[in-house]
Amino acid sequence: MKPIPKISVFAFILFAAWISTASVWKADGFKVIDFDEFESITKTPSEKIRMFNFWATWCAPCVKEMPDFEKVNAQDPEVELMFISLDDGNKTQRVQEFIQKRGIKAPVFLLDDVDYNKWIDKVSSNWSGAIPATLFISADGTRFFHEGELNEKQLKYLIKKIKQGHNEK
Amino acid sequence: MLGCFLWIGISFSTQAQEKGYSVGDKASDFELKNVDGKMVSLSGLKDAKGAIVIFSCNTCPYVVAYEDRMIALHQKYESLGYPLIAINPNDDKVSPKDSFENMQKRAKDKNFPFAYVHDKKQEVIKSYGGSRTPHVFLLRKEDNDYVVKYIGAIDNNHQDASSVTEKYLENALDAVLSGNEVALKTTKAIGCTIKWTKP
Repeated sequence: MKPIPKISVFAFILFAAWISTASVWKADGFKVIDFDEFESITKTPSEKIRMFNFWATWCAPCVKEMPDFEKVNAQDPEVELMFISLDDGNKTQRVQEFIQKRGIKAPVFLLDDVDYNKWIDKVSSNWSGAIPATLFISADGTRFFHEGELNEKQLKYLIKKIKQGHNEK
Repeated sequence: MLGCFLWIGISFSTQAQEKGYSVGDKASDFELKNVDGKMVSLSGLKDAKGAIVIFSCNTCPYVVAYEDRMIALHQKYESLGYPLIAINPNDDKVSPKDSFENMQKRAKDKNFPFAYVHDKKQEVIKSYGGSRTPHVFLLRKEDNDYVVKYIGAIDNNHQDASSVTEKYLENALDAVLSGNEVALKTTKAIGCTIKWTKP
Protein backbone atom coordinates (compact mmCIF):
# COMPACT_ATOMS: atom_id res chain seq x y z
CA MET A 1 0.00 0.00 0.00
CA LYS A 2 1.21 3.43 -0.85
CA PRO A 3 2.27 5.30 2.31
CA ILE A 4 -0.01 8.20 3.13
CA PRO A 5 1.89 11.48 3.23
CA LYS A 6 2.18 12.85 6.76
CA ILE A 7 0.79 16.18 5.76
CA SER A 8 -2.48 14.68 4.55
CA VAL A 9 -2.87 12.73 7.79
CA PHE A 10 -2.39 15.97 9.68
CA ALA A 11 -4.86 17.76 7.44
CA PHE A 12 -7.37 14.97 7.95
CA ILE A 13 -7.06 15.16 11.72
CA LEU A 14 -7.57 18.91 11.59
CA PHE A 15 -10.56 18.47 9.30
CA ALA A 16 -12.07 15.78 11.54
CA ALA A 17 -11.59 17.98 14.58
CA TRP A 18 -13.19 20.87 12.72
CA ILE A 19 -16.17 18.77 11.63
CA SER A 20 -16.77 17.48 15.15
CA THR A 21 -16.81 20.91 16.70
CA ALA A 22 -17.89 23.18 13.86
CA SER A 23 -21.47 23.30 15.10
CA VAL A 24 -20.22 24.54 18.44
CA TRP A 25 -17.82 27.14 17.14
CA LYS A 26 -20.10 28.67 14.55
CA ALA A 27 -22.06 30.34 17.27
CA ASP A 28 -20.54 33.55 18.47
CA GLY A 29 -21.20 35.02 21.85
CA PHE A 30 -23.61 32.59 23.43
CA LYS A 31 -24.70 28.99 23.09
CA VAL A 32 -26.46 26.39 25.23
CA ILE A 33 -24.52 23.13 25.27
CA ASP A 34 -24.70 19.71 26.91
CA PHE A 35 -21.78 17.99 28.60
CA ASP A 36 -20.75 16.04 25.48
CA GLU A 37 -20.47 19.30 23.58
CA PHE A 38 -18.44 20.79 26.41
CA GLU A 39 -16.05 17.83 26.28
CA SER A 40 -15.64 18.14 22.53
CA ILE A 41 -14.77 21.82 22.98
CA THR A 42 -12.11 20.92 25.56
CA LYS A 43 -10.68 18.31 23.19
CA THR A 44 -10.38 20.68 20.24
CA PRO A 45 -6.66 21.14 19.55
CA SER A 46 -5.38 24.62 20.35
CA GLU A 47 -2.00 26.33 20.45
CA LYS A 48 -3.13 28.38 23.42
CA ILE A 49 -3.72 27.78 27.11
CA ARG A 50 -7.50 27.58 27.27
CA MET A 51 -9.27 28.78 30.40
CA PHE A 52 -12.76 27.44 31.04
CA ASN A 53 -14.23 29.55 33.81
CA PHE A 54 -17.31 28.03 35.51
CA TRP A 55 -19.70 30.70 36.78
CA ALA A 56 -23.32 31.77 37.12
CA THR A 57 -25.06 35.15 37.03
CA TRP A 58 -26.24 34.78 40.64
CA CYS A 59 -22.76 33.86 41.95
CA ALA A 60 -21.24 37.02 43.44
CA PRO A 61 -17.58 35.85 43.62
CA CYS A 62 -17.88 34.56 40.04
CA VAL A 63 -19.18 37.87 38.73
CA LYS A 64 -16.47 39.66 40.68
CA GLU A 65 -13.60 37.77 39.04
CA MET A 66 -14.89 37.97 35.45
CA PRO A 67 -13.35 41.37 34.60
CA ASP A 68 -9.94 40.11 35.79
CA PHE A 69 -10.24 37.09 33.51
CA GLU A 70 -11.25 39.28 30.56
CA LYS A 71 -8.35 41.64 31.24
CA VAL A 72 -5.76 38.86 31.31
CA ASN A 73 -7.34 37.31 28.21
CA ALA A 74 -7.02 40.63 26.36
CA GLN A 75 -3.40 41.16 27.45
CA ASP A 76 -1.95 37.69 26.91
CA PRO A 77 -2.13 36.37 23.32
CA GLU A 78 -1.14 32.89 24.55
CA VAL A 79 -4.37 32.33 26.47
CA GLU A 80 -7.95 31.85 25.33
CA LEU A 81 -10.90 32.38 27.67
CA MET A 82 -14.32 30.73 27.61
CA PHE A 83 -17.01 31.31 30.21
CA ILE A 84 -19.06 28.23 31.11
CA SER A 85 -22.34 29.36 32.64
CA LEU A 86 -24.14 27.03 35.04
CA ASP A 87 -27.28 29.12 35.07
CA ASP A 88 -30.74 27.65 34.62
CA GLY A 89 -31.02 26.34 31.05
CA ASN A 90 -34.67 27.41 30.97
CA LYS A 91 -33.74 31.02 31.65
CA THR A 92 -31.15 31.79 28.99
CA GLN A 93 -32.43 35.36 28.67
CA ARG A 94 -30.92 36.17 32.05
CA VAL A 95 -27.46 35.13 30.85
CA GLN A 96 -27.76 36.90 27.50
CA GLU A 97 -28.81 40.13 29.22
CA PHE A 98 -25.88 39.80 31.60
CA ILE A 99 -23.45 39.37 28.67
CA GLN A 100 -24.83 42.51 27.01
CA LYS A 101 -25.02 44.61 30.14
CA ARG A 102 -21.51 43.75 31.29
CA GLY A 103 -20.02 43.79 27.81
CA ILE A 104 -18.59 40.28 28.15
CA LYS A 105 -16.23 39.67 25.23
CA ALA A 106 -15.22 36.04 25.68
CA PRO A 107 -17.61 33.38 24.35
CA VAL A 108 -20.19 32.15 26.88
CA PHE A 109 -21.52 28.60 26.84
CA LEU A 110 -24.40 27.66 29.12
CA LEU A 111 -23.77 24.07 30.21
CA ASP A 112 -27.30 22.77 30.64
CA ASP A 113 -26.99 19.52 32.58
CA VAL A 114 -28.09 19.47 36.22
CA ASP A 115 -27.14 15.83 36.78
CA TYR A 116 -23.89 17.16 38.21
CA ASN A 117 -22.58 14.02 39.82
CA LYS A 118 -22.37 12.45 36.36
CA TRP A 119 -19.88 14.98 35.03
CA ILE A 120 -18.07 16.99 37.72
CA ASP A 121 -15.34 14.36 38.09
CA LYS A 122 -14.88 14.31 34.30
CA VAL A 123 -13.95 17.99 34.44
CA SER A 124 -11.63 17.36 37.38
CA SER A 125 -11.52 14.93 40.27
CA ASN A 126 -10.20 17.90 42.30
CA TRP A 127 -13.44 19.82 41.88
CA SER A 128 -15.85 19.63 44.82
CA GLY A 129 -18.51 21.38 42.73
CA ALA A 130 -18.25 24.87 44.21
CA ILE A 131 -18.11 27.81 41.84
CA PRO A 132 -16.25 29.85 40.73
CA ALA A 133 -13.84 27.27 39.38
CA THR A 134 -11.53 27.27 36.36
CA LEU A 135 -10.15 24.51 34.17
CA PHE A 136 -6.91 25.32 32.32
CA ILE A 137 -5.82 23.19 29.37
CA SER A 138 -2.43 23.88 27.83
CA ALA A 139 -1.57 23.24 24.17
CA ASP A 140 -0.25 19.74 24.89
CA GLY A 141 -3.50 18.80 26.62
CA THR A 142 -2.19 19.08 30.17
CA ARG A 143 -4.98 20.06 32.53
CA PHE A 144 -4.88 22.11 35.69
CA PHE A 145 -7.90 22.84 37.84
CA HIS A 146 -8.51 25.62 40.33
CA GLU A 147 -11.54 25.83 42.61
CA GLY A 148 -12.31 29.22 44.10
CA GLU A 149 -11.92 32.85 43.24
CA LEU A 150 -8.89 34.30 41.43
CA ASN A 151 -7.85 37.91 41.09
CA GLU A 152 -5.74 39.27 38.23
CA LYS A 153 -2.43 38.75 40.03
CA GLN A 154 -3.25 35.19 41.08
CA LEU A 155 -4.49 34.33 37.59
CA LYS A 156 -1.32 35.68 35.96
CA TYR A 157 0.80 33.73 38.43
CA LEU A 158 -1.10 30.53 37.65
CA ILE A 159 -0.75 31.05 33.89
CA LYS A 160 2.99 31.69 34.36
CA LYS A 161 3.31 28.43 36.29
CA ILE A 162 1.36 26.54 33.63
CA LYS A 163 3.61 27.98 30.90
CA GLN A 164 6.70 26.93 32.86
CA GLY A 165 5.31 23.45 33.36
CA HIS A 166 4.74 23.23 29.63
CA ASN A 167 8.28 24.37 28.77
CA GLU A 168 9.89 21.87 31.11
CA LYS A 169 8.57 18.95 29.06
CA MET B 1 -3.16 12.81 27.59
CA LEU B 2 -6.31 14.24 29.05
CA GLY B 3 -5.81 12.31 32.23
CA CYS B 4 -2.48 13.97 32.76
CA PHE B 5 -2.86 16.56 35.43
CA LEU B 6 -0.38 19.27 36.09
CA TRP B 7 0.21 19.71 39.76
CA ILE B 8 1.20 23.08 41.01
CA GLY B 9 1.82 23.50 44.68
CA ILE B 10 -0.24 26.59 45.17
CA SER B 11 -3.71 27.23 46.36
CA PHE B 12 -5.59 30.41 47.00
CA SER B 13 -8.62 30.70 49.22
CA THR B 14 -9.25 26.99 49.13
CA GLN B 15 -8.94 26.20 52.81
CA ALA B 16 -10.20 22.86 53.97
CA GLN B 17 -10.58 21.58 50.45
CA GLU B 18 -8.18 18.67 50.76
CA LYS B 19 -8.93 18.00 54.43
CA GLY B 20 -12.06 16.87 56.16
CA TYR B 21 -13.88 13.61 56.55
CA SER B 22 -14.20 10.62 54.30
CA VAL B 23 -16.95 8.03 54.60
CA GLY B 24 -16.12 5.79 57.56
CA ASP B 25 -14.49 8.54 59.61
CA LYS B 26 -15.73 9.52 63.05
CA ALA B 27 -17.21 13.01 63.00
CA SER B 28 -16.54 15.36 65.89
CA ASP B 29 -19.37 16.74 67.96
CA PHE B 30 -20.09 20.47 67.98
CA GLU B 31 -22.06 22.94 70.00
CA LEU B 32 -23.55 25.71 67.90
CA LYS B 33 -26.23 28.31 68.46
CA ASN B 34 -29.59 27.61 66.89
CA VAL B 35 -31.91 30.30 65.51
CA ASP B 36 -34.04 29.87 68.68
CA GLY B 37 -31.04 30.89 70.80
CA LYS B 38 -30.46 27.40 72.24
CA MET B 39 -27.25 25.45 71.74
CA VAL B 40 -27.38 22.35 69.52
CA SER B 41 -24.98 19.42 69.64
CA LEU B 42 -24.94 15.87 68.30
CA SER B 43 -24.73 14.42 71.80
CA GLY B 44 -27.70 16.54 72.82
CA LEU B 45 -30.02 14.97 70.23
CA LYS B 46 -32.64 12.94 72.09
CA ASP B 47 -33.24 9.36 70.93
CA ALA B 48 -31.26 10.00 67.76
CA LYS B 49 -29.65 7.18 65.82
CA GLY B 50 -27.66 9.67 63.85
CA ALA B 51 -28.06 12.99 62.09
CA ILE B 52 -28.32 14.57 58.66
CA VAL B 53 -25.82 17.42 58.80
CA ILE B 54 -26.13 19.86 55.88
CA PHE B 55 -23.86 22.85 55.42
CA SER B 56 -26.31 25.48 54.30
CA CYS B 57 -26.89 29.23 54.19
CA ASN B 58 -29.49 31.88 53.36
CA THR B 59 -28.10 33.12 50.10
CA CYS B 60 -27.14 30.24 47.81
CA PRO B 61 -29.76 29.57 45.11
CA TYR B 62 -28.99 25.83 45.28
CA VAL B 63 -29.80 25.84 48.99
CA VAL B 64 -32.99 27.81 48.38
CA ALA B 65 -33.98 25.27 45.73
CA TYR B 66 -33.57 22.49 48.31
CA GLU B 67 -35.19 24.11 51.37
CA ASP B 68 -38.58 22.45 50.89
CA ARG B 69 -36.91 19.10 50.32
CA MET B 70 -34.84 19.62 53.48
CA ILE B 71 -38.03 20.26 55.44
CA ALA B 72 -39.60 17.08 54.01
CA LEU B 73 -36.47 15.05 54.79
CA HIS B 74 -36.50 16.20 58.42
CA GLN B 75 -40.22 15.47 58.74
CA LYS B 76 -39.75 11.99 57.34
CA TYR B 77 -36.53 10.96 59.08
CA GLU B 78 -36.54 12.71 62.47
CA SER B 79 -39.02 10.21 63.88
CA LEU B 80 -36.82 7.42 62.52
CA GLY B 81 -33.89 8.78 64.52
CA TYR B 82 -32.24 11.00 61.93
CA PRO B 83 -33.00 14.68 62.49
CA LEU B 84 -31.63 17.25 60.07
CA ILE B 85 -29.26 19.95 61.29
CA ALA B 86 -28.51 22.80 58.89
CA ILE B 87 -25.23 24.59 59.61
CA ASN B 88 -24.49 28.00 58.14
CA PRO B 89 -20.70 28.40 57.94
CA ASN B 90 -20.58 31.69 56.02
CA ASP B 91 -18.86 34.76 57.40
CA ASP B 92 -21.38 37.57 57.65
CA LYS B 93 -18.78 40.24 56.94
CA VAL B 94 -18.12 38.62 53.57
CA SER B 95 -21.79 37.74 53.04
CA PRO B 96 -24.01 40.03 55.18
CA LYS B 97 -27.19 38.24 54.14
CA ASP B 98 -25.87 35.16 55.95
CA SER B 99 -25.89 36.87 59.36
CA PHE B 100 -27.46 35.17 62.37
CA GLU B 101 -30.37 37.66 62.30
CA ASN B 102 -31.02 36.81 58.66
CA MET B 103 -30.85 33.10 59.52
CA GLN B 104 -33.55 33.68 62.12
CA LYS B 105 -35.63 35.53 59.56
CA ARG B 106 -35.23 32.78 56.94
CA ALA B 107 -36.05 30.05 59.48
CA LYS B 108 -39.18 31.92 60.49
CA ASP B 109 -40.29 32.69 56.93
CA LYS B 110 -39.87 29.07 55.86
CA ASN B 111 -40.99 27.68 59.23
CA PHE B 112 -37.98 25.37 59.42
CA PRO B 113 -38.82 22.36 61.62
CA PHE B 114 -35.10 21.53 61.91
CA ALA B 115 -32.25 23.20 63.79
CA TYR B 116 -30.50 25.93 61.82
CA VAL B 117 -27.24 26.77 63.56
CA HIS B 118 -24.40 29.19 62.98
CA ASP B 119 -20.79 28.00 62.67
CA LYS B 120 -19.45 31.46 63.36
CA LYS B 121 -15.87 30.37 63.99
CA GLN B 122 -15.95 28.08 60.93
CA GLU B 123 -14.41 25.30 63.02
CA VAL B 124 -17.07 22.73 62.19
CA ILE B 125 -16.96 23.28 58.44
CA LYS B 126 -13.17 22.98 58.56
CA SER B 127 -13.13 19.77 60.56
CA TYR B 128 -15.85 18.21 58.40
CA GLY B 129 -14.30 19.45 55.17
CA GLY B 130 -17.42 21.02 53.76
CA SER B 131 -16.57 22.89 50.58
CA ARG B 132 -19.86 24.22 49.28
CA THR B 133 -23.49 24.82 50.18
CA PRO B 134 -25.48 22.62 50.25
CA HIS B 135 -23.10 19.84 51.34
CA VAL B 136 -24.53 16.80 53.13
CA PHE B 137 -22.83 14.63 55.78
CA LEU B 138 -24.95 11.69 56.94
CA LEU B 139 -23.86 10.45 60.36
CA ARG B 140 -24.79 7.24 62.16
CA LYS B 141 -24.38 6.91 65.91
CA GLU B 142 -22.27 3.89 66.76
CA ASP B 143 -21.81 3.61 70.53
CA ASN B 144 -20.74 7.16 71.34
CA ASP B 145 -19.28 7.95 67.94
CA TYR B 146 -20.85 9.58 64.93
CA VAL B 147 -19.62 7.72 61.87
CA VAL B 148 -19.85 9.34 58.44
CA LYS B 149 -21.97 7.19 56.12
CA TYR B 150 -22.55 9.43 53.12
CA ILE B 151 -21.12 12.72 51.82
CA GLY B 152 -22.48 14.76 48.95
CA ALA B 153 -25.65 16.00 47.33
CA ILE B 154 -29.30 15.57 48.29
CA ASP B 155 -30.38 14.29 44.87
CA ASN B 156 -29.61 14.70 41.18
CA ASN B 157 -31.86 17.61 40.19
CA HIS B 158 -31.81 20.82 42.20
CA GLN B 159 -33.99 22.63 39.66
CA ASP B 160 -37.01 20.37 39.74
CA ALA B 161 -37.84 17.95 42.55
CA SER B 162 -40.29 16.09 40.31
CA SER B 163 -37.53 15.33 37.78
CA VAL B 164 -35.21 13.72 40.32
CA THR B 165 -34.16 10.23 39.25
CA GLU B 166 -31.63 9.52 42.01
CA LYS B 167 -32.40 10.37 45.63
CA TYR B 168 -28.84 10.00 46.88
CA LEU B 169 -29.45 11.04 50.49
CA GLU B 170 -32.73 9.19 50.94
CA ASN B 171 -31.21 6.04 49.45
CA ALA B 172 -28.31 6.35 51.89
CA LEU B 173 -30.68 6.93 54.81
CA ASP B 174 -32.85 3.96 53.88
CA ALA B 175 -29.76 1.76 53.60
CA VAL B 176 -28.42 2.88 56.97
CA LEU B 177 -31.85 2.43 58.60
CA SER B 178 -32.19 -1.10 57.27
CA GLY B 179 -28.65 -1.98 58.29
CA ASN B 180 -27.37 -2.22 54.74
CA GLU B 181 -24.25 -0.83 53.14
CA VAL B 182 -24.77 2.56 51.47
CA ALA B 183 -24.39 1.84 47.74
CA LEU B 184 -23.38 5.32 46.60
CA LYS B 185 -21.26 6.80 49.38
CA THR B 186 -20.19 10.09 47.84
CA THR B 187 -21.62 12.36 45.16
CA LYS B 188 -20.79 15.79 43.84
CA ALA B 189 -22.96 18.74 42.89
CA ILE B 190 -22.53 22.32 41.85
CA GLY B 191 -22.89 24.61 44.83
CA CYS B 192 -21.84 27.91 46.30
CA THR B 193 -18.41 28.44 47.78
CA ILE B 194 -18.02 28.81 51.53
CA LYS B 195 -17.60 32.48 52.41
CA TRP B 196 -14.44 32.16 54.48
CA THR B 197 -13.48 34.76 57.05
CA LYS B 198 -10.79 37.00 55.59
CA PRO B 199 -7.56 36.92 57.58
